[in-house]
Amino acid sequence: MTPSRRPAVKAWRLRGHLKETCGHPDGVSPAFGSCRNPHCLRSMRKMLAAVSRVLSGAAQKPANRVLVASRNFANDATFEIKKCDLHRLEEGPPVTTVLTREDGLKYYRMMQTVRRMELKADQLYKQKIIRGFCHLCDGQEACCVGLEAGINPTDHLITAYRAHGFTFTRGLSVREILAELTGRKGGCAKGKGGSMHMYAKNFYGGNGIVGAQGQIFEAYNMAALWKLPCIFICENNRYGMGTSVERAAASTDYFKRGDFIPGLRVDGMDILCVREATRFAAAYCRSGKGPILMELQTYRYHGHSMSDPGVSYRTREEIQEVRSKSDPIMLLKDRMVNSNLASVEELKEIDVEVRKEIEDAAQFATADPEPPLEELGYHIYSSDPPFEVRGANQWIKFKSVS
Amino acid sequence: MAAVSGLVRRPLRQVGGGTAPQCPRATPAHPSSSLSILLSPCQVSGLLKRRFHRTAPAALQVTVRDAINQGMDEELERDEKVFLLGEEVAQYDGAYKVSRGLWKKYGDKRIIDTPISEMGFAGIAVGAAMAGLRPICEFMTFNFSMQAIDQVINSAAKTYYMSGGLQPVPIVFRGPNGASAGVAAQHSQCFAAWYGHCPGLKVVSPWSSEDAKGLIKSAIRDNNPVVMLENELMYGVPFEFPAEAQSKDFLIPIGKAKIERQGTHITVVSHSRPVGHCLEAATVLSKEGIECEVINLRTIRPMDIETVEASVMKTNHLVTVEGGWPQFGVGAEICARIMEGPAFNFLDAPAVRVTGADVPMPYAKILEDNSVPQVKDIIFAIKKTLNI
Repeated sequence: MTPSRRPAVKAWRLRGHLKETCGHPDGVSPAFGSCRNPHCLRSMRKMLAAVSRVLSGAAQKPANRVLVASRNFANDATFEIKKCDLHRLEEGPPVTTVLTREDGLKYYRMMQTVRRMELKADQLYKQKIIRGFCHLCDGQEACCVGLEAGINPTDHLITAYRAHGFTFTRGLSVREILAELTGRKGGCAKGKGGSMHMYAKNFYGGNGIVGAQGQIFEAYNMAALWKLPCIFICENNRYGMGTSVERAAASTDYFKRGDFIPGLRVDGMDILCVREATRFAAAYCRSGKGPILMELQTYRYHGHSMSDPGVSYRTREEIQEVRSKSDPIMLLKDRMVNSNLASVEELKEIDVEVRKEIEDAAQFATADPEPPLEELGYHIYSSDPPFEVRGANQWIKFKSVS
Repeated sequence: MAAVSGLVRRPLRQVGGGTAPQCPRATPAHPSSSLSILLSPCQVSGLLKRRFHRTAPAALQVTVRDAINQGMDEELERDEKVFLLGEEVAQYDGAYKVSRGLWKKYGDKRIIDTPISEMGFAGIAVGAAMAGLRPICEFMTFNFSMQAIDQVINSAAKTYYMSGGLQPVPIVFRGPNGASAGVAAQHSQCFAAWYGHCPGLKVVSPWSSEDAKGLIKSAIRDNNPVVMLENELMYGVPFEFPAEAQSKDFLIPIGKAKIERQGTHITVVSHSRPVGHCLEAATVLSKEGIECEVINLRTIRPMDIETVEASVMKTNHLVTVEGGWPQFGVGAEICARIMEGPAFNFLDAPAVRVTGADVPMPYAKILEDNSVPQVKDIIFAIKKTLNI
């Protein structure tokens, strides 16, 4: 907890005390001294001191912060989460988890950022400001945010082409991501990579060539043989491009297909479930037991890519049903509001802030210039002296530097 | 009247387009002049033909996509051993809609959706070819064929040789090749040089609709492994479809280039989409009095170097144009072969290559545009070669 939030939290705690322990309705503070409870008197003084500290800081903060500070929020809440299906495991992740208000707000903001960023990318693509391939992950936000919540920034992650969410959760800004999508020099790959080729520290992309089912079984074999601390994750969104899993897989129990590698099947629309499963899987690997598999059952609202309408192989009713019953952001929001971890207004405020952030990023991504032509040949080799690169004919030359 | 009706019933040799065959004795026809027994039969037929031309339907335009579709459809109908497999080819109608309607027509046994497993399904296809079927194995793009390249080369290309002539592999590998628009490094590679390098494989590279239909049909009927390198950006481009191409037995021989445009000053050799750029460059240069002879290779392996040589011996200058990388490319092979053959002595200047830039394909538009051969680069190379 950041130091600046301590006084505010104390005020909330005291209000909770007033309501629950002293029985004051709505936590309304009694006239000073009228409560007989000695704890209350002491708490009252502390609370007043805390509130006055908050209020004195309120001059720099917007008015609604003061309102928030005086609301009665729980600090954390316990939730039940779905039990994971297990393969070759005696025990799985816990079926309850504690979510702090702070974490909840953080996850909410992150998921909403990914959601709005993807929708902005959709818009920019339709305006032809983004070109080529664009594979969006809206609907799957709980996967990338939940995963990141369960691992450390020093862990290594690699994924396929539906990578914008992971690029964000691995630490890049929306600005850098959108500017890469629009092919500008401010993009995270300087405009050279595009949608499918974004990289960050301990994040190896963003890869365009997939499928390679043989390769994954080779990887399973070697990981298990050498007890490599590796979590293999399948984001099962029910379709491989336009082909449903039933038409492509002899067994759709992907979490079992590591055979000798234990596996978990996880509700990928519930961020807390993903987080707990990831924590469990990470702990498993870190203990030296070897690799483990996680199948995250999730859903993508968009088609496979922007050139796929996504309705020729599935019904609009199916998409609508998932949106209304299992949307990951909605699920988290409902949980937080119903457990008094946050208010509807507060979350709306986050929505507004996120929208602004995305809008600013989109502005940047549209206005930033393209990479300079002189740099066409850059970054072919690493750690090499500069050399000349041939262009479209022998008279066109570009310089290449590492 | 009978004579007139006989003339009317004579079938038109061309559907619109082109020029009507000129009868040497025809007098210019007046649009409103009625038939007269005083005109010669040839003049009458010329008159009638001119009238039909004025009211004839627009020339038959067929896109490259539809041409490939037609070619496959005809071969599927002709020989029940032919079948198509690949990702999204059946129920999705093809990732690029090239196989549209085929699954509806031929069903699950002939048009097969595969999981995303190139190495796996390419291997299944090669096995099927060895066992006597005639598979068309589609790679969604040839970039994905790298996952399966061992099957293409080691299992398909080399087998007839390794078996001492016992085991043919009548398979077609087809799909889009080379640069598209904004699909970045992993999705833009040209495989003409890689596949063209291997003995045992035939490699074709159509440009127009006519090329596409004729070559896919020849490829399917060929008893050898054929790689057909299509181009995604060409799929939607319509071309005039000559009458002979509408026949179900229309074949373009593998290993024969086509001279798309006659010229005298310089030979420009290309394949696939850049052929169009070469023709554009030729049009521009023609206004400056430079007449380019544009050759559409159509086949990478076996390469029709004789057509190129004959042309160079006429024009004395050579420029090659391709989308792939320069090093060890198609143009490099053409230049080497010219040096080895009779045409070398006819060259008035070194041969020049126009190619893609020697970089992985960048995503940003300005960089991508400068990483593929543009018309201006071709014009520049031609003028440099001609010392203009």
